[in-house]
Amino acid sequence: MDPNEDATSTETTIEAEAQERPAAEAHASKRLRSILESLLFSTAEPVPLGKLLAALPGYEKRDVVRALAALGEEYAGDERGFRLQQVAGGYQLRTAPANADFVKALLAQRPVRLTRASLETLAVIAYRQPVTRPEIEAIRGVDVDAVLTTLLERRLVRVLGRKDVVGRPLLYGTTAEFLETFGLKDLASLPTLEELGASADALEEAARAAEVADSAAAGGDASTEGTLEGASPGSRGEPEADG
Amino acid sequence: MNPRFQLEIFEGPLDLLLHLIKKDEIDVHDIPIAVVTDQYLAYLDLFEKLNLDTAGEYLVMAATLMQIKSRMLLPPAEGEGDDEEDPRAALVQQLEEYQRFRAAAAELGNRDILARDVFRRAPQAAEDEKELPPLRELELADLVDALREVLKRLPEDQAHEIVGERIAIADRIPFLLERLRGGDVEFASLFPEGASRQEVISTFLALLELVKMRAVRALQTERFGSILLRLAVPCDAEVSLDLMDDSTS
Repeated sequence: MDPNEDATSTETTIEAEAQERPAAEAHASKRLRSILESLLFSTAEPVPLGKLLAALPGYEKRDVVRALAALGEEYAGDERGFRLQQVAGGYQLRTAPANADFVKALLAQRPVRLTRASLETLAVIAYRQPVTRPEIEAIRGVDVDAVLTTLLERRLVRVLGRKDVVGRPLLYGTTAEFLETFGLKDLASLPTLEELGASADALEEAARAAEVADSAAAGGDASTEGTLEGASPGSRGEPEADG
Repeated sequence: MNPRFQLEIFEGPLDLLLHLIKKDEIDVHDIPIAVVTDQYLAYLDLFEKLNLDTAGEYLVMAATLMQIKSRMLLPPAEGEGDDEEDPRAALVQQLEEYQRFRAAAAELGNRDILARDVFRRAPQAAEDEKELPPLRELELADLVDALREVLKRLPEDQAHEIVGERIAIADRIPFLLERLRGGDVEFASLFPEGASRQEVISTFLALLELVKMRAVRALQTERFGSILLRLAVPCDAEVSLDLMDDSTS
């Protein structure tokens, strides 16, 4: 027949397919987002991408990563109460920071409070690991025995091994719990000390002001040096064992 | 004296020094050591007046400052001239290093901290304890109650007790860990008949220490039932032991 007619019909078929494909893709990616939401909802710990992929046979890694990013953007809006964050090498749902007070009221738990001694010691360990106790003390200029014990107990810090010098002192490093507590994807996402130097004073003032406000809020109770107060997720609602 | 001071909490001598330096807008690289030393000593004086426990580190720094001050007063030695190192150099370096970490600490504190600013979903019911019967985690206070039972069994203190060898808590920790490595141990079995009060107390304090450090868990199947002691994490046990050694030395 007329070769022209044939060409036209082929064109129309292609056009129709091209219209259907985005619709099908949109459906598939919606479905994937829904599954991912369920997976993330079902876990409390950060879930590594590999673990998600293992639970999603038949899905491409590229599509999963894209869907996770889309979910993250969707949750980031003001009208949503949770966030999808990459922490400690995995994906985790956490509540929106702006709603913290309401969540605290519901859980009726004492908020975790990190003293300056704890934060400074953690900072030294995070940036200098593996590091020994005398090395931490040289930087901070104070004894860190008590605060180190607390950090070990809270599993924010762990023993990595021993240094091959006289006395074979223990070497300390941070843990996955440290990354999770501070919402860090990995250690590399910590700002460098040089970057911090510039805005050091402003930050320090803010921290001091926050601490003053904190202790005022806590009824002015004199907190022991180097303690991490408040209930951990595991010991919610229990009376204080010490203090 | 009129207490006009609003005492700030200092994280040690370096923190106090940085506070003095910043307060007077002093350049860290050119500290007027005589002025700062006087101010520093005035603060230590104030701490004493306020009955604050001044840790030894503050006194060490005071000595360092006075030493630098005296070296600054000495004329440069013959022939050394300008090459001589500024007596303040080591201190300046230490202050700058500390300042960086203080900033890093502030940065950490300003992050959205889990269980303070943000919350994750609560973990589901314990997955790790499936054995029967269910065990209840005990608190330190429960252990103290249990000790009272042990002490009741002991004979009254003899009138003419000879002071025997002192049993150090640090020595009891390896003993306890050794026992626990062989499996769960019943609380009462740690205190055999005929054990001296000293021995009982040392063992008990060592146990408290281990429980506090979460190296050992105290478990119970029912209220007032026997208490079971279990090694929490084998590798952590070594850690606590080392910390004990350090703190007693």
